[in-house]
Amino acid sequence: MFRDLKSSAIAVVVITLVFGLAIPALFTGFAQLAFSSQANGSLIKVDGKVVGSRLAAQAFTKPRYFHERPSATSPPYNAGGTTFANLGPTNPDLAKAVKQRAAAILKLEGPYNPGLTIDEIPVDAVTTSGSGIDPGISPAYAQVQARRVAAVRQLPLATVERLIKQHTDGRSLRFFGEPAVNVLELNLALDRGQNG
Amino acid sequence: MSGQGIGQILVYAVVLVALAYPLGLYMARVYASGFRVRWLSGLETGFYRLVRTDPSKEQDWKGYSKTVIVFTIVFFGVLYALQRLQAHLFLNPDDLPAVPAHIALNTTASFTTNTNWQYYGGETTMSYLTQMAGLAVQQFVSAAAGMAVLAAVIRGFSRRSAKELGNFWVDLYRSMVYILLPLTLLLGLILLSQGVPQTFSGHATARTLEGVAQTIARGPVALMIAIKQLGTNGGGFYNSNSAVPFENPNGLTNFLEVISILLIPAAQVFMFGKMVLARRHAWMVFAAMFAVLVIGIGIALPSEQHGSQVLRASGVDITQGHGQSGGNMADKEVRFGIANTALWGTVTTDASNGSVDGGHDAFTAYGGAVPLVNIFFGEVIFGGVGSGLYGMFFYIVIAVFIAGLMVGRTPEYLGKKIEAREIKYAAVGALFVPTMVLALTAISVVTSSGLASVFNPGEHGFTEALYAYTSQSNNNGSAFAGYGATSFSASLGAVAMLLGRFAPLLAALALGGSLAGKKVAPVSAGTFRTDGPTFVVLLVGVIVLTAGLMVFPALTLGPIVEGLSH
Repeated sequence: MFRDLKSSAIAVVVITLVFGLAIPALFTGFAQLAFSSQANGSLIKVDGKVVGSRLAAQAFTKPRYFHERPSATSPPYNAGGTTFANLGPTNPDLAKAVKQRAAAILKLEGPYNPGLTIDEIPVDAVTTSGSGIDPGISPAYAQVQARRVAAVRQLPLATVERLIKQHTDGRSLRFFGEPAVNVLELNLALDRGQNG
Repeated sequence: MSGQGIGQILVYAVVLVALAYPLGLYMARVYASGFRVRWLSGLETGFYRLVRTDPSKEQDWKGYSKTVIVFTIVFFGVLYALQRLQAHLFLNPDDLPAVPAHIALNTTASFTTNTNWQYYGGETTMSYLTQMAGLAVQQFVSAAAGMAVLAAVIRGFSRRSAKELGNFWVDLYRSMVYILLPLTLLLGLILLSQGVPQTFSGHATARTLEGVAQTIARGPVALMIAIKQLGTNGGGFYNSNSAVPFENPNGLTNFLEVISILLIPAAQVFMFGKMVLARRHAWMVFAAMFAVLVIGIGIALPSEQHGSQVLRASGVDITQGHGQSGGNMADKEVRFGIANTALWGTVTTDASNGSVDGGHDAFTAYGGAVPLVNIFFGEVIFGGVGSGLYGMFFYIVIAVFIAGLMVGRTPEYLGKKIEAREIKYAAVGALFVPTMVLALTAISVVTSSGLASVFNPGEHGFTEALYAYTSQSNNNGSAFAGYGATSFSASLGAVAMLLGRFAPLLAALALGGSLAGKKVAPVSAGTFRTDGPTFVVLLVGVIVLTAGLMVFPALTLGPIVEGLSH
């Protein structure tokens, strides 16, 4: 017993130093040299200032921007405190939230999409994401928002649709995962096009 | 369900077998006594000298067990202290305070037992030092301990008239250095290249396009995510686990992570076949596991694609196609869609991993029942690294025992007679944990302090409690995450995780020790063959009849009534 205790104490120290400090430190050093952008959070800078990360949704409320999926974090789109909503499949609160979100979308997009009905709103638009900072929306939801953004910005719809296509992350290696439109990058491209 | 989604799942199965088979043969060599990597053997002998062990001296099952337990206890103390003292230590750039005592206790039990149940949000609770030198170290060590124990138990099957099962320090070192570390570095590197952070700088602050400040948590993430998946740990750096883009940025990383979840447990089946010279039998065990895996996906995938009651009633578009994956997208990520999230939810609970790429609490009634039942089976459908296969041995022993009863002959397994003692160990190993789950769930739903943790109303709330104690007792770690932490639930969970780890572990070592001492009888016409399809059917039947029947009444109170009544 005492022998095991002594061996264990030494092993714990050695393993913590090697696997907990030395290896991660070396790996971090390598990461900073070889993949500095990814290693630091894929931050996007405009004029030297950090405006977000390509891997995190941020709050868009103005009509000139594409909007993100709903978020359960507090405040919404808090990339410093991710969370699920955890509402069960039969929870009345979920029903209420979905109904409110759908109504808000109809009100916002309706004027630009005459005849828009609830059964044309894709499900990702009215549900929270897993992380609360899902950087992507479905191409279908981007399509619903395209007319509004084009109208507010006085751009041809075709231009906006081309930008959506450009900022859709397809399946990895054309096979794994599902296509998603990166909202922050899309909005940045729209801003860039109009300022420059 | 799109063809694309099913195609991704088929490719998953093929790639898994293609990688696991050679890895298993390699691992069998690693645990053999003569294994040596010449340019690294100096380090290895140095380690043995430091921990004062003679690598050629082996331990019997009791000695082996004692070392595992003492080793875990010492690490337990260190990990608890680290969390409580993190405010005064280095690598805490965001100045996080000490972890509260009941959360630290639960988390320590969780990570030392390979469970990784998380009653905390990583990015808001744990300093970089705690994550990296505490939690991630346990992700290596608890995995390696499970792998070591499996190697020892298998030696019990293959040896004749022996007492010793191996040297724990040798098995531990080899699991960590020759198996886990190279795979972790490789996966960590790929994840890093795809966008998983690895930095010691504190959180970043952005000024968004609409001019609001946004905090972006980061840290030494990539390496931890790699070992979290490979060691069937599951404990993420972030609260939303692998749903968070910083842990799992795209379809490729999702595929590699979900492969990693099953890679070592699947490889261990082939390793076992090689170590006991029964490759056909190993394939049959693999087939039984794989069959249950396929059944699980076959239920979870269509359930999630069909969507939840609330979403179907809401009138929004949940049909798949036309630029969306449709279905139950609540608490799921667009870049993974339905197929990849359903696959992950099934696989992570077949293995004792428990990481998630979407919220299980928001799964449909039947889609959420699949992970629950998978875990309740005792994490033997591939299961945890090491613990999965040694857990499966209990069911195998019971299966050959039942076959023996049917033909009226003393049962044998791998040429060794299965007698009363072995049956007792197997029964304890197979039944202790599910019994404990039901007892703890009952306690948690009849006490007001237990009910305080429940988040969702109605039968779904019951399922949350059942899932919490199923997951912790079986060392899975995934959650219906609405279920909240109180000092009551955190303490009860800690007890569940510790007993759930060590009761089966000791039963398995005892079984191995008992079998090691036996002679091998030659195969005769009356021997029940364990290398054919009959055995696969019998084994799956035994799992369903023992664990399945135990959980069924509870299922009717939770997911089944929820699925039927709305």
